Amino acid sequence: MEWETVIGLEVHTQLSTHSKIFSGSSTNFGAEPNTQASLVDLGMPGSLPVLNKRAVELAIRFGLAINAKIAPKSVFARKNYFYPDLPKGYQISQLDLPVVAQGHLDIELDNSETKRIGITRAHLEEDAGKSLHEDFHGQSGIDLNRAGTPLLEIVSEPDMRSAKEAVAYLKKLHTLVRYLGISDGNMQEGSFRCDANVSVRKKGEPFGTRAEIKNLNSFRFIEKAINHEVERQITLIESGKKVVQETRLYDPDKDETRSMRGKEDANDYRYFPDPDLLPVDITSADIERALAELPELPEAKKQRFIRELGLSANDVESLTASREVADYFEAVQQQLGDAKLAANWVTGGLSALLNRQGVEIAQSKVAANTLGELLKRIKDGTISASAAKDVLDALWNEEGSVDQIIEQKGLKQVNDTGAIEAMIDQILEANPSQVAEFRAGKDKLMAFFVGQAMRASKGKFNPATVNEILKQKLEG
Amino acid sequence: MSISVDEVKKVAGLARLGIPEERLDEYSTKLNSILGMMEQLSAIDTKGVEPLSNPLDSVQRLREDVVTETNQRDKYQTIAPEVEEGLYLVPKVIE
Amino acid sequence: MSHPHSQITSLTQLSLKDLSDGLQAGRFSVMEITDAWLARIEKFNPLLNSFITVLADGARTQAQQIDNQIRKGELTHTLAGVPYALKDLFCTDGVLTSCGSKMLHNFVAPYDAHVTTKLKQAGAVLLGKNNMDEFAMGSSNENSAYGVVRNPWNTEYVPGGSSGGGAAAVAARLAPFVLGTDTGGSIRQPASFCGITGIKPTYGRVSRFGMIAFASSLDQAGPMAVSAEDCAIALNVIAGFDERDSTSAQEPVGDYTASLNNSIEGLKIGLPKQFFAAGLDPDVATVIERGVKEFEALGAIIKEIDLPNSHMAVPVYYIIAPAEASSNLSRFDGVRFGHRCDNPKDLRDLYERSRWEGFGEEVKRRIMVGTYALSAGYYDAYYLKAQQVRRLIKQDFVEAFKQVDVIMGPAAPTTAFKIGEKVDDQVAMYLADLYTIPTSLAGLPGMSFPIGFDEHQLPVGMQLIGNYFQEARMLNIAHRYQQTTDWHLRVPAKFA
Repeated sequence: MEWETVIGLEVHTQLSTHSKIFSGSSTNFGAEPNTQASLVDLGMPGSLPVLNKRAVELAIRFGLAINAKIAPKSVFARKNYFYPDLPKGYQISQLDLPVVAQGHLDIELDNSETKRIGITRAHLEEDAGKSLHEDFHGQSGIDLNRAGTPLLEIVSEPDMRSAKEAVAYLKKLHTLVRYLGISDGNMQEGSFRCDANVSVRKKGEPFGTRAEIKNLNSFRFIEKAINHEVERQITLIESGKKVVQETRLYDPDKDETRSMRGKEDANDYRYFPDPDLLPVDITSADIERALAELPELPEAKKQRFIRELGLSANDVESLTASREVADYFEAVQQQLGDAKLAANWVTGGLSALLNRQGVEIAQSKVAANTLGELLKRIKDGTISASAAKDVLDALWNEEGSVDQIIEQKGLKQVNDTGAIEAMIDQILEANPSQVAEFRAGKDKLMAFFVGQAMRASKGKFNPATVNEILKQKLEG
Repeated sequence: MSISVDEVKKVAGLARLGIPEERLDEYSTKLNSILGMMEQLSAIDTKGVEPLSNPLDSVQRLREDVVTETNQRDKYQTIAPEVEEGLYLVPKVIE
Repeated sequence: MSHPHSQITSLTQLSLKDLSDGLQAGRFSVMEITDAWLARIEKFNPLLNSFITVLADGARTQAQQIDNQIRKGELTHTLAGVPYALKDLFCTDGVLTSCGSKMLHNFVAPYDAHVTTKLKQAGAVLLGKNNMDEFAMGSSNENSAYGVVRNPWNTEYVPGGSSGGGAAAVAARLAPFVLGTDTGGSIRQPASFCGITGIKPTYGRVSRFGMIAFASSLDQAGPMAVSAEDCAIALNVIAGFDERDSTSAQEPVGDYTASLNNSIEGLKIGLPKQFFAAGLDPDVATVIERGVKEFEALGAIIKEIDLPNSHMAVPVYYIIAPAEASSNLSRFDGVRFGHRCDNPKDLRDLYERSRWEGFGEEVKRRIMVGTYALSAGYYDAYYLKAQQVRRLIKQDFVEAFKQVDVIMGPAAPTTAFKIGEKVDDQVAMYLADLYTIPTSLAGLPGMSFPIGFDEHQLPVGMQLIGNYFQEARMLNIAHRYQQTTDWHLRVPAKFA
């Protein structure tokens, strides 16, 4: 009998706000320990939380993007447990009435079918601080700078059936939160973290007992950790043992999950509505405002690129992979007025250069308008595509403007038909046998003649003109 | 309902109160007398009554997303039991 | 007034209003007043233990500054130069804020509470921090790590709680006014036991920012003083919206002194029949009934009302308040402030021992009750049920206020009881707040003012309950009564 994997994911994404969810402390990453921890963040006696408006707006925006229900009345609750990185002894979170409920996200499977993954809920909560385990005379150090950073916890339905699907969902979600501008999605800094609930069952049977895997902070780990956990559970069951409901930690160094100690209170958090906070009213005006702020989503962008710019489904896939790429492409396209050429360069030459440099498009040293200028020079025949690649490299090295570089490197194409004709006449004269073979039907030799002409001109002839003249001379 | 010594232990664990073994009986007795008083509530019919969390039934006011706090670490840590390099120290955290 | 001692006595016999008027008129300096009150505290506090901290140096430094500011015309506030004391749960920057607990024996607050800031800005002089039941949990001020407070009317008796230190201080004229807090009766019941005037405003009227929390949905700060007029002057300063407290009311604040002399002719007073039923001491009942007649004589109309669910208030309160407290007090873990046990062997030991050692018995009991009431399997039967009955209790008041303007009744079922009398019977102790708790649960304003004495010469307090944000009307009613009587002006013999 075949085993089926059942996966549900909980994603904690850090919201892009300036200040914390319940205090006026900065959320900047990387500050000196405890320098961004205010009275509220430290849980100082007598301090009180006041909710950040932006955090609510960003949660609503996410809800709209996944076609979810936005709660007209949303409530914050206390989740009580003791941990040194949790200064108040409770985390302010949401239980019964989250801001966002019942949405979905469609993912593309390998067989190019789409599958709908349900999103049960997305709720606002505060992040905890950090325990640092370097040895302070056998003790741990607590940094509460991160405590109180706004998080949106996005909980999926147990709709995924393989680690691959889980990764596809996460990638899609990761793209979405960055598209929406609600999170920077920086996984190294912990802005996008995932816990996976994994169980196995025989097909058609009810859900098995699940284990929760924590500490999944890269797509590669997630796939490996889930696969490892699935194997562990199958081995357990097949050897007559039982899966225990527990929290497990993934250790990427050993590629294994292990049971977490010290979480024995896990099932009794004593949630109750936080009496320091009142219910949040979300009105239809709030929702309309969020709708107005909602950027074009990846799917809509794809369709528009195909419909309005005449691009192929293949082109748009990589152009819409992130909002930064799409925005860059659109800027180039608008300047150039040639979507196909812009698309080819953004996904081709530029992308290759970025890969070589190991940076994202946001850090590109060649701005969209500079690339636009360069492509204009291809379009107006000033330079050839291959010369443009050299110019692009030079632009990256800050050697000057597009036109300066073309000038300095002498890359201007020769468009003078007289000069080209003269050169072609010489070539034909020097290669009588090839001319005869071509005329006898060996079409492939066209490339030979073009190559000869380009070599003779050191690449400066406009290849289109060369082709045209050759055709006239050989066929005419 | 009455609360047994085992339950007292469990609840004390949740609340992180290190009640000494020899005092558990006493706690159980005291808590039972207090909880006994609560039993009267079951006589009240509350079907369909919305719970009241806040007496004024008002709604949450929202704060603009502006950084208003400055670094006060030195001041806040003068009252801390144990700090080093700006960190609060606790016995080793085991995950 | 040539002899310095007679001057000291006379300056400390002045009410807040008289002090304010005298300062404005330049009849005495802030330093003179401050010295006079400090001298009285030094002399009498040992009998009462009503202060945890006396800020003699701080008060004099402040007095000098304020004298200068007044002289230069920079400070003209009514409270400029008037001395006062704070219950020791209001954070005071740089000053111990112990909450009456060993847990916070070393907690020098790093910031000022909203009310502290307001009073500082007004130029009031902080004499010290008052003793209290630990974390405001108690009705007798016997639950303090700093020792029991004694009732100035009879030092064998409790002053009530939890704001017992402040109430005793005002009754013995060790401070012209103090700020207390009231969660289930902690201003009104000690005011009643000590024969002074105290008001718990509408929930949300005074910001809770910087007030160490007991039960967040109930806690409310308010003034305690000799008279309603003095309470009105103090409330003017501390009431009002504060953006740092999400539950702070945005309702505008008027001038509570402006309407003090309004007529109470035709005032409809409701007497809840449940407040006069079994449980009320007959001696107290007699005094209250006489007081009601006096109001009738002043032109009020008396009407019996029904608060059918009010008998459930005590059990509801003793679920909700401990539940909230169990969570509010989790932050006391020995990590960032407060008591930390010696040589913890691991993290769990740090928590369990620090908390066991730092908290007193009543606080631990309530944390246990609250944790239990919120725990899996009991939440619905206890916490949720209590929140539902809480709504019914509020509804009773909403209905009542359709028929009457204010509600009156005893502030407490008895007068002050003997120290030690109820320490071993929690349920009996909890019943001391029988008449104050319903108001707290509904979030309504309530006050207590002296209306006479029982057979043992212990004061009896009349409770006055107003509709939401009707503090001005309540202070007006009590003031009119105090214009025709002198119960509030009596000083215990030992402290005269």
